[in-house]
Amino acid sequence: MADIKLMKGNEAIAEAAIRAGCDAYFGYPITPQSEVIEYLMMERPEDRTGMVVLQAESEIAAINMVYGAAGAGKKAMTSSSSPGISLKQEGISYIAGSELPAVIVNVVRGGPGLGTIQPSQADYFQTTKGGGHGDYRMYVLAPASVQEMVDFVDDAFEIAFKYRNPVMILSDGIIGQMMEKVELPPQKPRLSDKEIEERYGDWATIGKRKNRERNIITSLDLDPYKQEAHNHKLQEKYRLMQENELRYEMIDCDDADYIIVAYGSSARISQKAMNLAREKGYKVGIFRLITLFPFPSKPLNELAGRVKGFLAVEMSSGQMIEDVKLAIEGKAKAEHFGRYGGVVHSPEEVLEALENQIIKG
Amino acid sequence: MEIKDIIKPENLIYTKTKNMTDKPLSYCPGCGHGTAHNITMEVVEEMGITEDTIGVAPVGCSVLAYEFMNIDMTQAAHGRAPAVATGIKRVYPDKFVFTYQGDGDLAAIGGNETLHACNRGENIVIIFVNNGIYGMTGGQMAPTTLDGMKTSTSPYGREIETMGSPLKMTELIAQLPGVYYVTRQAVHTPQAVRKAKKAIRKAFEIQRDKKGLAFVEIVSNCNSGWKMEPVKANEWMVEHMFPYFPIGDIKVNGKLK
Amino acid sequence: MTEELIIAGFGGQGVLSMGKILAYSAIMQDQEVSWMPSYGPEMRGGTANVTVIISDDRISSPILTKYDTAIILNQQSMDKFENTVKPGGTLLYDPNGILAHPTRKDINIYRIAGSKLATEMGNAKVSNMIILGAYMKARPIVQLENVILGLKKSLPERYHHLIPLNESALTKGMDNLEEVQVL
Repeated sequence: MADIKLMKGNEAIAEAAIRAGCDAYFGYPITPQSEVIEYLMMERPEDRTGMVVLQAESEIAAINMVYGAAGAGKKAMTSSSSPGISLKQEGISYIAGSELPAVIVNVVRGGPGLGTIQPSQADYFQTTKGGGHGDYRMYVLAPASVQEMVDFVDDAFEIAFKYRNPVMILSDGIIGQMMEKVELPPQKPRLSDKEIEERYGDWATIGKRKNRERNIITSLDLDPYKQEAHNHKLQEKYRLMQENELRYEMIDCDDADYIIVAYGSSARISQKAMNLAREKGYKVGIFRLITLFPFPSKPLNELAGRVKGFLAVEMSSGQMIEDVKLAIEGKAKAEHFGRYGGVVHSPEEVLEALENQIIKG
Repeated sequence: MEIKDIIKPENLIYTKTKNMTDKPLSYCPGCGHGTAHNITMEVVEEMGITEDTIGVAPVGCSVLAYEFMNIDMTQAAHGRAPAVATGIKRVYPDKFVFTYQGDGDLAAIGGNETLHACNRGENIVIIFVNNGIYGMTGGQMAPTTLDGMKTSTSPYGREIETMGSPLKMTELIAQLPGVYYVTRQAVHTPQAVRKAKKAIRKAFEIQRDKKGLAFVEIVSNCNSGWKMEPVKANEWMVEHMFPYFPIGDIKVNGKLK
Repeated sequence: MTEELIIAGFGGQGVLSMGKILAYSAIMQDQEVSWMPSYGPEMRGGTANVTVIISDDRISSPILTKYDTAIILNQQSMDKFENTVKPGGTLLYDPNGILAHPTRKDINIYRIAGSKLATEMGNAKVSNMIILGAYMKARPIVQLENVILGLKKSLPERYHHLIPLNESALTKGMDNLEEVQVL
């Protein structure tokens, strides 16, 4: 029988982590995502699957605990919200540079600085363009429902281990705090230490075996030529992600004259705006990004050839719009709309922007 | 008698531990790091735990410790080694995990990670090499730099009023209930090396017996950073460092001495 | 069918839990639901509100500015949400503490003396269930049997002995709904 529950996004992602066979969660409380660690502490996954849960002394410590556990071949995860994610950037850069699998959840709130605890999507640049130092990319999944908060955890670990790369689940205060109906997946068993050795024994620091060289987890190579070669390898990995792991959803785009490009909660709000627009006779479709990196440049470019305009809707002053414009190469009009700093745009406001900036503009 | 008659297993009286690689050490001649590496790796070999030991290297002079220690190792971001070690130990509670850190790494930028790993009583070993200076970056002031000591960022000598006092991190963490064993050692004489090795052995045994965190400080020299010849640096260390950072056990069996 | 609803009142009046029980009940009827609270420090002692959407189809925006129904439990919320009810929609309120009663002519208006009836029942905590019962009468979207199922599913086992009390509160609400203005 299907395991159906009414859950908050933050609780759902925590439960999904247990069920994905996650080995360790390290976190630090921050609104609006504290329910992740609260749920895990209440649920005692140590008793259910042996999963470790630890409240760290800071976001910095938490991401470095993830780095340690991931380097030892374990499925490790952390979560935070914007100011905390800024603190984690150092660790994320090390994880990317050392090529480790890890899942990081950001339940975005308004900034900059301490900002507000209300929802925002203003961490797009930080998430997709690097965030920390150096030339690296995270694979980024943007859930638009509580169900996707659940589904993307296992997907994130799969990609993280397939490419040995950090994966971010970029949520926001709406998806984190909202409750929806979810169908929970069955429990995936955690890997045994023996299975970890068989699968990841060639790189994970699990203790040096007599029959192999020592394993070293590091991002350091002082020789710039070797460091450049390492960077080439990373870039090739990102190219492969672009080729094989791109995800997006097109809603009513077949007959559309106008396209709203959005992700996460903005995509949900825009769907309502789309319905209102269609009631008024405008042929509007939604292009919903599921992965923010890789970015769906090619399908957007193809769409640009046959529609009149794009409205990029995001709770920021205009970040994703830059990638949309690059993707469509000037083939159609593209404008940005969004409330920000913690203010959420209403479906009516999106419709108004669509009419003024794209349809009549 | 020819040389091949001498080189025979039965004549062997000393050998380098297999847990050290053949790579020449990158440390300055006269530096204590090589000895500290060596005795740590000897302990791991002698306890027969090589296959179950994971080391965490810091940022600082010993950032490349993994080039010399022939065991599985993770290189941590600056100051984060205790958090990284926590991550490893929590998912492998039966393995041996240790950090090897300098004073800048452990006591300055990593102060918080050190304090909290100690306070949680993480069942790990922390080896803390204190030479009162930032060696790798070229001799800048460390939290442990002595009063009046000249460095490239305290060129007129450390001034307590504006720069604070040298930090006794080891005494500080010894106060925490989760910390089971705290000792301060040195590696400047054969006798000191023997004692330091015994202390490291004890620290790993504490981890084996799951008694809590074991913390071994090694007061060392930095002849390059101090701008002294090696022998002079060791003399200076005995004369100036030891009075402020006295050698000996600070906490044994969970009890302050 | 889609019902877009806001429940608003003071923190501590059971606003969020009423929404949660309603959402659970809709799940029992195989419907899609979303429950979106106002969150943050303002909830502590201040106003609390939750948007609940029940639908036979996939739900689009969980954030709304206009509602089919508003359930209003204090004056601040009346001031804020009376005008957000869609024309032809429904406003249900508890008159306790309300000084300026609703004046709209283009909506259905109902009253339920939730806190008063709860006090009479000897348990102030069930006022939100009385109000939920009144809502079920005014807007028959969730069935009583499904609310009971929803309660069973959402409450920890140790609270299941309270279900009969909640059921009688729901019935009390259904029986005591007052029509103020029905279009």
